[in-house]
Amino acid sequence: MPTTIPGDPMTTSAAVASARAVPAATTTSAVTRAPRRIDPTYYWMVVPVLALFAFFITLPALVGVFFSLTNYAGYGDWKFIGFANYVNIFKDPAILQSYIFTFVFALTATVVVNVVALAIALGLNAKIKWRTGIRTVFFIPMVLSALVVSFVFNYLFSNTLPVLAERLGFTPLATSILANENLAWLAIVLVTVWQAAPGATIIYLAGLQSVPAEVYEAADLDGAGNFRQLLSLTLPLILGYLVINVILGFKGFLGTYEIIVGLTGGGPGMATQSVAMRIFSGFTGGDYSYQMANAVIYFLITLLISIIQLRLIQRRGVAL
Amino acid sequence: MTASLLPQRTTRTRAPRTSAPEGYKINWWLTALMLVASLTVLLPLYFTLAMALKSPDQVGTGTGLAWPNPMNWDNFAEAYVATGFARAFMSTAFVTVFSVLGALASSSLVAYAIARNWNHRFFRGSFVYLLSAMFIPFPVIILPLIKQTAILGLDNPAGVVFLHVLGGISFNTLLYIAFVRSIPVELEESARMDGATTWQVFRRIIFPLLAPMNATVGIFAFLGSWNDFLLPQMMIADPALQTLPVVQMLFQGEFNTNYSLAFASYLMAMAPTLVVYILAQRWVLSGVMRGAVK
Repeated sequence: MPTTIPGDPMTTSAAVASARAVPAATTTSAVTRAPRRIDPTYYWMVVPVLALFAFFITLPALVGVFFSLTNYAGYGDWKFIGFANYVNIFKDPAILQSYIFTFVFALTATVVVNVVALAIALGLNAKIKWRTGIRTVFFIPMVLSALVVSFVFNYLFSNTLPVLAERLGFTPLATSILANENLAWLAIVLVTVWQAAPGATIIYLAGLQSVPAEVYEAADLDGAGNFRQLLSLTLPLILGYLVINVILGFKGFLGTYEIIVGLTGGGPGMATQSVAMRIFSGFTGGDYSYQMANAVIYFLITLLISIIQLRLIQRRGVAL
Repeated sequence: MTASLLPQRTTRTRAPRTSAPEGYKINWWLTALMLVASLTVLLPLYFTLAMALKSPDQVGTGTGLAWPNPMNWDNFAEAYVATGFARAFMSTAFVTVFSVLGALASSSLVAYAIARNWNHRFFRGSFVYLLSAMFIPFPVIILPLIKQTAILGLDNPAGVVFLHVLGGISFNTLLYIAFVRSIPVELEESARMDGATTWQVFRRIIFPLLAPMNATVGIFAFLGSWNDFLLPQMMIADPALQTLPVVQMLFQGEFNTNYSLAFASYLMAMAPTLVVYILAQRWVLSGVMRGAVK
């Protein structure tokens, strides 16, 4: 599958992701080297890795597409059934529910993570006391296992919070929100923000530090207020970093797994079961080929989103 | 600087400034706000520690936020035995060490070869091919992958190493290529004049010069590998070889109510990366920042 993706989105992604380096390279001396004979050593550096990559990443993808067209249960005999799995998926309310949950969750998490991360980055970049110490604290979640963190929060949500709420007489929270079908996903958003905000903050800090101080001095002279400066100076100047954060974040949150396992395990009922969890269930659930078809659809949707995101970036002409 | 020219604006300090040694006024309100906000990170950690030091009686039905008196240090020893900590630690360390080494070696080599032969179709094609992995969500390949590794006898930590290295290769190669391009080719050419082979050039000249990027890639590989749950959980067949995060699932059983033991175990699973981060935080953050800028 990966080899057959049309070349356009891939090359543009390369250009976006390493936007700084790729255009520069064409002007450096690398290009002026004699293009004739290539030292075979260079092939030895690349080919073994390419072979392993093809074997461990591309091959499973192709095998998966193949089995999505069969009725393979994960064991025993199988035969081709054409697109029947795909047709059935579109009629399956449980699958639809997992897609809705996954996308609502990923969108919410992307927005909240970016707002929080930008706020932290602005705070860390301002003139505050004990900046190094505060920065150290804020980046701690980045080094911790998401699963273990979720176990800790699991106890907080299901024991500590209800006890506190009861003492304060705040009844809506007196039962665990993890057991509430309508609220459990908010707990997952919260832990995701706790866990993912530092990574986004780092990217915003890099962006804020790329803005020259003179720009703000000029705005000061023009009498622009703090909020005005943030809105009309800082945000447009770090737009590229925001785009990167949104793309990386959304993509990552679509695949959220550990935090859900640690908090709700997909429950209550199937309220917080993500697409990824559904697909993994194909391994033990006897619906291997069915979940492979689900995986292929999931891949096509994420690919489509990537292409749309890249188009939007190109149209805006964001220079990273 | 400008603030001192405009008396009515001397109090404004909120807008980010990179550096302004003159007129550097500390914003105490914002400092207080940031300190309060940092409690969102510190409180769950304090809670973990407090829980880990409680005896089962002290856990009781309270919030769990109170500091235990007396402290019950036995939890750690018990958790050490219950989870087979030593074995899980060794397994995690094995996966992490080889994933980091593999990531450094493979992506720097690939990036060097591609960057120096950018005008050649094969190498440019390889780059595009490797990048395509960034478009494949992991759930898409996981089911066939697990079958494949099981057939090959790679349903163990070694198999996890393979996948950690290959899964990160797109991103790491991207980071390295940008860096290799900033190294002037002239440096290599003089070495080649003296008869150095491409391997020697890479090992003696290029790889040492890549040191800052090695740190960045190494940190990401270390954190990703040490904390990974999905791949070890799905791939490693023998429970005795499971890694630290997966072992924590032990406390999720229906019948388990020994929370203090569970939290002692969680703390022990968190401690290694936390300690390394606190000790080397300046170095870690600069490394990660470099990854963000590129």
